[in-house]
Amino acid sequence: MIPKQPRTHYLNISYGFKSWLFTTDHKRIGLLYLVSITLFFFVGGAFATIIRLELATPQGDLVQAETYNKLFTMHGVMMIFFFLIPAVPAVLGNFLIPLMIGAKDVAFPRLNLLSWYIFNLGALFTIYAVVSGGVDTGWTFYTPYSTTYSNTHVLATGVGIFITGFSSILTGLNFIVTIHMMRAPGMNWFRLPLFVWAHYATSLIQVLGTPVIAITVLLLAFERVVRIGIFDPALGGDPVLFQHLFWFYSHPAVYIMVLPAMGVVSELVAAFTRKSIFGYDLVAFASIAIAVFGFLVWGHHLFVSGQSVYAGMIFSFLSYAVAIPSAVKVFNWTATLYKGSVSYQTPMLYAFGFIGLFTIGGLTGLFLAAMGLDIHLTDTYFVVAHFHYIMVGGTIMAYLGGLHYWWPKISGRMYPEGWAKLGALIVFVGFNLTFFPQFLLGYMGMPRRYHAYPEEFQVLNVMSSAGASILAVGYILPMVYLIWSMRYGPIASSNPWPATGLEWQTSSPPPTENFEEIPVVTWEAYEFAGQEKEVSAAG
Amino acid sequence: MTEHFVQPAQMPEHIVPPEHIVPKKVYFAIFFALIALTAVTVTISFFDLGRLNAVVALTIAVFKATLVILYFMHLRYSSRLTQVVVAAGVGWLFIMIALTLSDYLTRSWL
Amino acid sequence: MAENHAATPYGLAHHFDSLDQQREAGTLGMWVFLITEIMFFGGLFLTYILYRSKFPHEFVAGSHALDIRLGAFNTAVLIGSSLTMALAVYYSQVGSRRLLVTYLTLTMLLGLVFLGVKGIEYTEKFEHHHFPGADFQWEDPAQAPALEGNPGAGKVDGRHVEMFYWIYFAMTGLHALHMIIGAGLIAVLIVLAVRGRFTAEYHMPVEITGLYWHFVDIVWIFLFPLLYLIGRHE
Repeated sequence: MIPKQPRTHYLNISYGFKSWLFTTDHKRIGLLYLVSITLFFFVGGAFATIIRLELATPQGDLVQAETYNKLFTMHGVMMIFFFLIPAVPAVLGNFLIPLMIGAKDVAFPRLNLLSWYIFNLGALFTIYAVVSGGVDTGWTFYTPYSTTYSNTHVLATGVGIFITGFSSILTGLNFIVTIHMMRAPGMNWFRLPLFVWAHYATSLIQVLGTPVIAITVLLLAFERVVRIGIFDPALGGDPVLFQHLFWFYSHPAVYIMVLPAMGVVSELVAAFTRKSIFGYDLVAFASIAIAVFGFLVWGHHLFVSGQSVYAGMIFSFLSYAVAIPSAVKVFNWTATLYKGSVSYQTPMLYAFGFIGLFTIGGLTGLFLAAMGLDIHLTDTYFVVAHFHYIMVGGTIMAYLGGLHYWWPKISGRMYPEGWAKLGALIVFVGFNLTFFPQFLLGYMGMPRRYHAYPEEFQVLNVMSSAGASILAVGYILPMVYLIWSMRYGPIASSNPWPATGLEWQTSSPPPTENFEEIPVVTWEAYEFAGQEKEVSAAG
Repeated sequence: MTEHFVQPAQMPEHIVPPEHIVPKKVYFAIFFALIALTAVTVTISFFDLGRLNAVVALTIAVFKATLVILYFMHLRYSSRLTQVVVAAGVGWLFIMIALTLSDYLTRSWL
Repeated sequence: MAENHAATPYGLAHHFDSLDQQREAGTLGMWVFLITEIMFFGGLFLTYILYRSKFPHEFVAGSHALDIRLGAFNTAVLIGSSLTMALAVYYSQVGSRRLLVTYLTLTMLLGLVFLGVKGIEYTEKFEHHHFPGADFQWEDPAQAPALEGNPGAGKVDGRHVEMFYWIYFAMTGLHALHMIIGAGLIAVLIVLAVRGRFTAEYHMPVEITGLYWHFVDIVWIFLFPLLYLIGRHE
């Protein structure tokens, strides 16, 4: 039977700029975020391109050293604050959470819209810093260079990050209240999709951690203006205090980036093995455990800073502990595959990519958590490879997988499967070619944040730069065919995969109010046997 | 059509505690307690208790804050969820301070 | 289905099922926001702890130059404003519009008194060149003969006293900013209350503004002893 689109849905219920810019519909807000973060991804990607071009040759011959400092700083700032942190939660989370829990919207729809405006206002300050000369402190803004000696636009960038932080806080606040208060009748906590659990845990981090980066950046800004020496040792201040405050947020921030991606992977693995996730309860608790433990390990970024060795030991031990819940998830996803009915459509390919690459990235994190080894590896390309495996090999792959999986729900159209598989393959090959050599480079001693390097490192660097160009193709391809599919893709049914979850029980695209009738949930999450259950009204 | 919704009765897990109206005399009692404690904390600060000065001042401050949270902010009459949220917030502040101090206090041990 | 439209209670937003759910969600949302404020101010408290233990004598010296009477007075004013705010919430719960407006107004007035006193204190600090920056000057009163039990005499480094005042202005300034925002919120509430927008069933904005106001009071409850009462026995 050829699927038919519903006559009215959230996309065509109203037209025009005002209907989008003043919307309170969480689905439209998710798409507004999609546009913003894609734009910022390409800005960050442009900086990466120049970096990899420079590093193709050992000499610093493309840009000056000071310019190179600005490039890696702005690459980091744009990618972390304006792409990775919002990508899954603000796009997919916003779109899906009310649908998945059976609600009409989030708890505070106007705050939701406000958070998008705040996000862009913060980005505006940062873009201003970029176009008026950039920042060269590294995205970590270590003092006293950032407070006292740098002549670049630290203040504007700091203000931009401060403002955008509120967007993250409001999103997290909204999700926490929504998930507690607005679940449909019968949707108790242990019937929730694991995507929702993952976002709940992420929201805890956003709410508890982001305020600390806010005050840190505020202090940094004051210091640049007033120059008391709060972080300047020459005046009695303590630069390590800045590092403690900075990493108290910035370590949990990496879990803001990866937890939602793990939530996506749980959905993909369940859908494409047609089985419930093995050990649902453990995976749900593991999300919360990652969020909690993630706050206890920040000192592993301070091993060589002058921090006390005893504190270092505590942080090192806790860093090993935080790997455990992540490992539990990987084991459980793998166990789900056993005796599952596995299909290899594009979203599943991205999920496989995530599982493999996140495992490598996570294990190399353990290398770095060992204090002795960290002294050799810190500030080398080993660290760079480690976090790119998690953030690019992990988060971005899961984000793309989720975007493909829910594309029919979002747009009412299917993407072209052949091109999509090709894109996934190109991304996987390009990614590994870019970043695996960097583990070797780091281990051999090549330092990070240098625009020139000794001759013997060139072969691996060229491989890495070549990989980056392939990766770029892999990212542009989905952008092209997804936009193409919005007009020319085959019309999708309400549940094309078919998968479980309340989002698939409503039309593709959904109506503005999400459901014709709020469902009453009487089945467990991922009950594939119960696929044909009717959505029934109460009473 | 989509403008008619069936509003199902709320399931038990969504029942919220009925709004509790705290009697005015409780508010006045807390007010006088807070003023008295302020007087105490100022007075004690003029006595030399060595390191205990800071401890006593903070203890009194914590006690005052607790009175405000429990009674003025109605936490005593709020849901368990709200109480957990507040406890978590205070706990997290404690984590940040304690683990950071674990660095500074042990530097001289080496 | 027509009765669903006619029976929509006053003040109920379209995505909530009942006023109770809406109230609980709003309250939870405000508490979560206050948690973020705890962590926000928390960074400053951490900074305070570290620098007070690093420069104990300078913190004593700096604290002594703050006016303890004004500080204590302001503490009482703020505690009073918490009382009037709690009473405002009480009257909103029982649906008494006149008394709601009265107590909201009293709360705002007390808040403005607090800010006025802070203005006086700040002015005095500017005049004595105690505001951190290029203009900062510290005349060390401990040039006086070293008293027994006052080991800090003569050892106070003016730069580190400037650090104390940096923290003083950062913490009280941020606090004052929150109070100004709170006063603004209360002003909005007064206007809405006068127009009869709150009922015994729907008064959530008053309650959650009350939570915010009490929180700002709690921050001051900690700031007062930490900034004004250091080493007062010396």
